[in-house]
Amino acid sequence: MEYEAIIGLEIHVQSKTESKMFCSCSTEFGAPPNSQVCPVCLGLPGALPVLNEKVVEQAVKAALVLNCDVLKVSSFDKKIYFYPDLPKGYQISQYYQPLAKSGYVDIKVKNKRRRVRIRHLHMEEDVGKLIHQKGMSLVDFNRASLPLIEIVAEPDIRSSEEAGEFLMCLRSNLRYAGVSECNMEEGSLRCDANVSLRPLGTRKLYTKTEVKNMNSFKHVMKAIEYEIKRQKRSVKKGEAAVLHTRCWDPERGVTVPMRGKAPAPCISHSDLGPVILDEEFIASLRSQLPELPLDRSERFIQQYGIPASDASILTSSKELADYYEECVKLYKKPKVIANWIMSDLLRELKEKDIGIRECKVSPEHLAEMITLIDKGSISGKMAKDVFVEMFETGEKASQIVKEKGLAQISDKEALVKIVDKTLQENPKVVEDYKKGKEKALGYLVGQVMKETKGRANPKLVNKLLEKKLK
Amino acid sequence: MKLNELTAHEIRELIRKGEVSSEEVTKSVFERIEKVEKKINSFVTLTKEEALREARSVDEKIRKKKKISPLAGVPIAIKDNMCIDGVLTTCSSKILENFRSPYDATVIKRLKANDLVFIGKTNMDEFAMGSSTENSAFEITHNPWDLEAIPGGSSGGSAATIASDEAILALGSDTGGSIRQPASLCGVVGLKPTYGRVSRYGLIAFASSLDQIGPITKDVRDSALLMNVISGYDERDSTSCNYPVPDYTESLISDVKGVKIGVPKEYFVKGMDEEVEKSVKDAIGLLEKLGAKVEEVFLPHTEYALATYCLIVSTEASTDLAYYDGVGYGYRAQSRNLDEMYQNTREKGFGDEVKRRIMLGTYVFSHYDYYLKAQKVRTLVKEDFDKVFEKCDCLITPTSPTPAFKIGEKMDDPLRMYFPDIFTVPANLAGIPGISIPCGFTKKGLPVGLQILAKPFAEETILRVAYSYEQNTGWHRRRPAICDSQ
Ligand SMILES: [Zn+2]
Repeated sequence: MEYEAIIGLEIHVQSKTESKMFCSCSTEFGAPPNSQVCPVCLGLPGALPVLNEKVVEQAVKAALVLNCDVLKVSSFDKKIYFYPDLPKGYQISQYYQPLAKSGYVDIKVKNKRRRVRIRHLHMEEDVGKLIHQKGMSLVDFNRASLPLIEIVAEPDIRSSEEAGEFLMCLRSNLRYAGVSECNMEEGSLRCDANVSLRPLGTRKLYTKTEVKNMNSFKHVMKAIEYEIKRQKRSVKKGEAAVLHTRCWDPERGVTVPMRGKAPAPCISHSDLGPVILDEEFIASLRSQLPELPLDRSERFIQQYGIPASDASILTSSKELADYYEECVKLYKKPKVIANWIMSDLLRELKEKDIGIRECKVSPEHLAEMITLIDKGSISGKMAKDVFVEMFETGEKASQIVKEKGLAQISDKEALVKIVDKTLQENPKVVEDYKKGKEKALGYLVGQVMKETKGRANPKLVNKLLEKKLK
Repeated sequence: MKLNELTAHEIRELIRKGEVSSEEVTKSVFERIEKVEKKINSFVTLTKEEALREARSVDEKIRKKKKISPLAGVPIAIKDNMCIDGVLTTCSSKILENFRSPYDATVIKRLKANDLVFIGKTNMDEFAMGSSTENSAFEITHNPWDLEAIPGGSSGGSAATIASDEAILALGSDTGGSIRQPASLCGVVGLKPTYGRVSRYGLIAFASSLDQIGPITKDVRDSALLMNVISGYDERDSTSCNYPVPDYTESLISDVKGVKIGVPKEYFVKGMDEEVEKSVKDAIGLLEKLGAKVEEVFLPHTEYALATYCLIVSTEASTDLAYYDGVGYGYRAQSRNLDEMYQNTREKGFGDEVKRRIMLGTYVFSHYDYYLKAQKVRTLVKEDFDKVFEKCDCLITPTSPTPAFKIGEKMDDPLRMYFPDIFTVPANLAGIPGISIPCGFTKKGLPVGLQILAKPFAEETILRVAYSYEQNTGWHRRRPAICDSQ
């Protein structure tokens, strides 16, 4: 029998705010343990939570970019369980009335657009961090009560590839909206996968396993692949599926059973009133949202006539896409700009491990540099070096060309002298050429270029040599 | 008359005129404590040194002619479920035996800003769960009118300390009657404000949707003065209301002419003490004579209030008490592993009544329909009041169906223990304000209390009626003879 995999993802995203969810403690990453705490986030007796409005704004933005219906009234609940990283004995979450419902993310796999539905999206607080050392367990509560957004997707995903694509789309949407960095390695995005199998063509859902402990998109995909294979083997052996939790072991590339948490009972939180959002508030947040990556990519293809693959790279982050569009405004050949950004700019950024925001080459500078090539002031090849220099120093191309004397020598008289000199110095090569060795010309061009430290206009040199050698 | 026997407003006059110092008042209070505290056990923690230091600094301010607030220099006792920076805050529970709060509750901040002098933390039923103060993990508080009787609860320590003149003012908290019922049983004044009137930030929760801090005082004027200090919006408490705070002393007018008083039929029930019933009816008669319009009214859902309260309170308590796990602070039992730590800590740290309510609450929230149903009935109870307050300015009822019972009498009957709350609980469910004032004594000499209820934020109506009654009677001036007869 053929089986298909049914995959549902549950994602937690740390949303960007200056202060924590229910108190004014800083959310800054990397502070000394327990230095960003107060009676509220430490769960001291008597302290009361007060909802940070920014947290709601961020969650609503997330809901909007994931095409969810934002509910006018939602509320907070206490999710009760005991664990040392949980200071109050319960986590504040939204269980009975989540912030938003019924969203979706459109993904493109093998050039086909597919829709992954989102069941609901809600706000909840993060827990502290356990540190195990010297036989002791220590707790750092700096992370406790940081704002999280939980996104529960419907089991619409059918392969690890789709899961990867879904996560990428979700991430770029949330990044576009400025909601979160969504960095899995740093923990600002966490993802669990529910995986089950069912005979192809049937509708019923079967017993699933929940897979945890993946710390990158790649590992999410690998874990899902492994889990599908494992379940297929298990079905073949006739074993009954059991609902349980499994832990991804990245070293061995396998999932192993782990102790799952019993579902925690929830009860409404009476210290926090309902979250009531009016149409105006939602509309004002909606108006602040940027064009989303998939739409923008399609517009780029239409408007700038660049290939889909280019558009997809250029819209991978909002900042990069903004940069590209700035450049296109200044220089009207979109494909040429795309090439420079994709090859040279992205390479340098990657090498220096910095983002486009920290890049010293402004769109104006890039446009000016390309204009210099068009004018013949520098060669395309030389421009590559000029670009590296621009990237390092932040100077304009024309400035660098001037300072380093890199301007292309297109001055005929100046070149004639050098050509003559080269011919005199290489009588044997000249002879070879005259005997019919075409390659000899190349050598002579090379010598002229060497003499001018690459600044000679190669086309002109060629022309001059051919003329002289006739 | 000794200084400690005076009311806050009397002391305020003396301090203002420069006739006594805060230090003298504070000393007289501690002299009294030394004399009677062994018999009463009102306090779990005394902060004499800090109090005297604070009193002297207030006196210094007065000497320097600095502007001071009306209650500056007046000694106050605080129920041990309100956090004071650097002071033990135990909720009379073993699990918080060693908990020294690193911050001030909002009410404490307000009292500090008004230069009141903290003399100590008063005993209570553990986590405010009880109506007799017998559920304290540390000691049993005795009723100053009969040392073998309970003072009521859960703010029994605060009520007893006022009745025995060990303090001038006190704060209590009221979840189902915990201010009004002990005030009634100890013959003092206890006011539960509207839910949201006084910030709960720093009040250790028993049941968050019902808890409210309020004054316990010797007379109505003192309650009004203390309300002026503690009331008001607090951005740290999402449930506190941003509703203007009047000067409550302005409502102290001895005139009830035209005031419409409702007497709910459901508050005169079988099983209630005859003497209590008579005292309350006499009081109503007096108010009518003074010009109030009295009529019988109906609150048909009253009979479900207590059961509803039990469900809600246990459910909220079981989650509000999830804080205490032995990890961050408080008592931690020795254990071999994590699960055991939780189990042992909570088993040994909590008393029986607390565990009973946690278990009941855990059962309820795992059967969420019960909780939802209880919330629906709560709405019905509230609607009863809304309807009645369309035609009445206030309601008058007994505070407690019986006077103080003997210590130990009902400890073995947990359900019976809720009986004293039947008249006070509905106000918490509805979030409305209520006061208990003395309205007589039984033949055995035990105080009887009268409860006045009004619609949300109508504390002024309550204070006016209470003040009028008080001015026309003298019950509040009677004092127990602790040292002489017992
Ligand atoms: Zn904090």
